[in-house]
Amino acid sequence: MSVMSKLKETLICLGAGRATLPYPFKAEPVPPNFRGRPIFDSTKCIGCAGCANNCPAREILVFDPCQEVRIVKYLGRRCTYCGRCADLCPEKAITMSHEFENGTNAITDISQTLDIFMSTCQRCGRCFKGAELMDELKMKGYRFDDLQNDRWIFRSQAYLEGDQVTDDIKIELEG
Amino acid sequence: MLKNLCQKMFGRSLWVYHANSGGCNGCDIEVLNVLTPYYDVERFGIKLVGSPRHADVILCQGPAMRSTAKALKRAYEAMPSPKLVFAIGSCACGGGVWFDSYSVIGPVEKVIPVNYYIPGCPPRPEAIVYGVAVAVGLVDKKTAPVKFKQLEYPVPKYHPSELKGEGDLVIYEKTEHI
Repeated sequence: MSVMSKLKETLICLGAGRATLPYPFKAEPVPPNFRGRPIFDSTKCIGCAGCANNCPAREILVFDPCQEVRIVKYLGRRCTYCGRCADLCPEKAITMSHEFENGTNAITDISQTLDIFMSTCQRCGRCFKGAELMDELKMKGYRFDDLQNDRWIFRSQAYLEGDQVTDDIKIELEG
Repeated sequence: MLKNLCQKMFGRSLWVYHANSGGCNGCDIEVLNVLTPYYDVERFGIKLVGSPRHADVILCQGPAMRSTAKALKRAYEAMPSPKLVFAIGSCACGGGVWFDSYSVIGPVEKVIPVNYYIPGCPPRPEAIVYGVAVAVGLVDKKTAPVKFKQLEYPVPKYHPSELKGEGDLVIYEKTEHI
């Protein structure tokens, strides 16, 4: 009886086939919404330090060694890959990659350092800001330092006709 | 050198001891997932043992806590001499999200020396297998420290020495230094 049951089990096991994944020799696909190591893009980063303020593990550090340069350091030791920095980044400079094979023998291998150029006002020495609040809304969000004249890139070239809105309000008030 | 030493010392099999010093059990489950038939690590000779005296490798999960630091150190000292320490998960690597809590000392390396780090919260079972494979020498490590630098600062007022005037035309050469 026991021999028969063993034979039955053997048959079941042979029918089941191989379950083991050939992992370390063959790459394994990850789910599409998987959050791996965050990758910082220095060309898009404007140095607003919002990621550093919102990191729950306080792993993104910001240093200002001089007026024009800001250093953003991502250490990544206790990063939980929560993706809050990527959600918050106004320029989408941080992307949560699909990298998870981060096993190393030195913890500094995970770190990323960005040296960001911050252009400053010639008068006050602080970082750039838009002229007015309405102008800021229209702006694309990053500074473009032209060779001839420092200027901003606008989000769209379309504007409302002047005084259209205020005229309507006047009419309503008079009526 | 460490790699050659590893291959010489642990040529046949790694026996791992699984020490949780105050983690949330997430990394524990991932480590046990590695031992299931899906990620069958016994084909590499890796086996889970119940005592640190039998083990070659200690897998640390969770940060070093005040209450468990002493026990963790004793478990490390009980292991026979060619030994490796793996810090698995972001708690063991850097102290976790509650790194500044009163009961947390910090990363595991504040108590015992750590040889290999596998970050993640929790790391995938593949990541743990990859870290062990890096330690044994089957694969190479992928990560390296990255440093970006915005080299092209196209504002001539910051580099007046680079400006070259030729009549109306002003030629500006991009600088390589800040």
